[in-house]
Amino acid sequence: MSTPAMQSSRAPVRLSTERVMGIETEFGVAHADLEERARAGAGSSIMLSHLVVAAYALLDEQEGERGRRVRWDYGDETPLRDARGFEIQRAAAHPSQLTDAVQDAHLPSVDMDAPLQGAEIAPEGSDDEILTWAVQRSIGNAVLTNGARWYVDHAHPEYSAPEVTRAREAVVSDRAGEVIARRAMALLDAAEGIPSAALYKNNTDGKGASYGTHENYLLDRDVPFERVCAAMIPFFTSRQVLVGAGRVGRGTRGTEPGYQISSRADFFEAQVGLETTLNRPIVNTRDEPHADAARFRRLHVIIGDANLLEESTFLKLGITSLVLAALEAENRTGTTLLPELTLADPVAAVHTLSHDPSLQVTVPLSDGRELTAVQIQRAYLEAIRPHADAEDPETAQVIQTWGELLDLLEQDPMLAADRIEWVAKLKLLESYRARHGADWSDPRLFAIDLQFSDLRPGRGLFEKLRAAGAVRTLVTEQEVQQAVTAPPASTRAFLRGSLIREHRDAVPSAGWDVLTLATEETGARLRLADPLLGSAAWCSGHGVDPAADVPDLLAALRAAVGAP
Amino acid sequence: MSQQSLNAPGPGEDDEAVDTTVGGGQTFASAQSSDSILDEIDAVLEENAETFVRSFVQKGGQ
Repeated sequence: MSTPAMQSSRAPVRLSTERVMGIETEFGVAHADLEERARAGAGSSIMLSHLVVAAYALLDEQEGERGRRVRWDYGDETPLRDARGFEIQRAAAHPSQLTDAVQDAHLPSVDMDAPLQGAEIAPEGSDDEILTWAVQRSIGNAVLTNGARWYVDHAHPEYSAPEVTRAREAVVSDRAGEVIARRAMALLDAAEGIPSAALYKNNTDGKGASYGTHENYLLDRDVPFERVCAAMIPFFTSRQVLVGAGRVGRGTRGTEPGYQISSRADFFEAQVGLETTLNRPIVNTRDEPHADAARFRRLHVIIGDANLLEESTFLKLGITSLVLAALEAENRTGTTLLPELTLADPVAAVHTLSHDPSLQVTVPLSDGRELTAVQIQRAYLEAIRPHADAEDPETAQVIQTWGELLDLLEQDPMLAADRIEWVAKLKLLESYRARHGADWSDPRLFAIDLQFSDLRPGRGLFEKLRAAGAVRTLVTEQEVQQAVTAPPASTRAFLRGSLIREHRDAVPSAGWDVLTLATEETGARLRLADPLLGSAAWCSGHGVDPAADVPDLLAALRAAVGAP
Repeated sequence: MSQQSLNAPGPGEDDEAVDTTVGGGQTFASAQSSDSILDEIDAVLEENAETFVRSFVQKGGQ
């Protein structure tokens, strides 16, 4: 497969959405029982998060053998690595920073001597005994048969979807995470003497706490990071009008009545930075590529909202990937493709734009111009459109959708109520306000906002919109169900998930770029420094059949790597 | 799985054998469905909205 980085500088620029990418979702979590919820406040959130993670990882029959999970292998994760460069030396000095040492990232490497972690198996017993054990042991990590990481992050259950190369695949994997969350809740409901949990796919409690839905994009290391920041800040600042999830209340604590476009906007306080839990930046500099760091950087995007509407997720990934493709093409060809826009005060602009659902407000540029969010987004679209690969179906679809939605927003945002999440939510709230005469400080509107993202069947208001056909869908329920236990084909998530599905007992641990396959007699720890290694195409091209016996598989993997 | 597999990159470059254009969705927004959705909201909205909203407290995350 051709990656943008591999195209020659003389090739015509053909921008496409194809890129290694993925979404991580931290769910809101609370007692299902409202009295217990009121008593516990946030005090139960860590315990509930462990229960949620353990319930699916250890008890779901479709997922795997009862009580056995695949542990997370942190591999070369270095959360302190900074994309601006000044931390890289420190990270490189770390003895576990092995990806840097990979000679040729086009080939996986096999470490034959690595110590193997033993599987940690839950005791045999009833559901509640297994769950109690899991909470006592703080079991907070599992790798799933669909290639995802399912774990406890601080005080939230988190679903890190498997890596994919297309926006549409990302939608399917993201929706599969919702199904997994529902199954976890159902398993807790069924367990004797264990509290039931409610999960919310949202980003704030409206009382000052926020939790993230992050996107990750692999990007050519050669693009200077200053250029990434300059291009992405105006883009991310204005992107919310297309893909925001909407929120009742303004300010981190929602104290100012009113509606706003993005659920995350008010929590952003800096332009560029490493932090994710406070002083959150528009461009986050965490740079763990989970791949060959000489070729790739990871752009870790923390400014996005949790989306329930499929087209919002599709567009969010699609347009962001295209802007990154334009940046790579600029760097390769030495030409300028993207609009030259610099916001005078990007952080203020994030808030200002989010607080104006009429979309009429403008924000100042450093050259004195004043633009609306729609105008900024249109500048990016028009810059990219002539260079977009029209023969690539997904790229064409993203470009078309981007233009259609900007047209609708310009005409009348309400026309996009079936396609843009913040508009869908606003339409619902406005109908409710009209029926009940509620003003924006009415607690019922805050309650609707919360229940909009409730993932419990029959409770979630977005689910009701979807069931009524009031919002568009983009993928089929059948695809989503399949993606719960089957990995995407396009990346190393295929090998990871397939091996877990076929040989759970022989996979003690796995991570983004590491995978251990072991029997009593022999084993190997595989490093996949290019996320396309281990895709379905790579496997079939190298005679690697994940369903084969483990010794045959190990032999095939060694042959593929050229190891003796 | 078939549709998902079709999205995978082939062994060769630009090996897009099948049109994977997004589709298969549907939309039937109407005033009537909006009314019935409001009825449903009235039915499922937590009774004491103020207490319900107050009790939803989270720890900060990323």
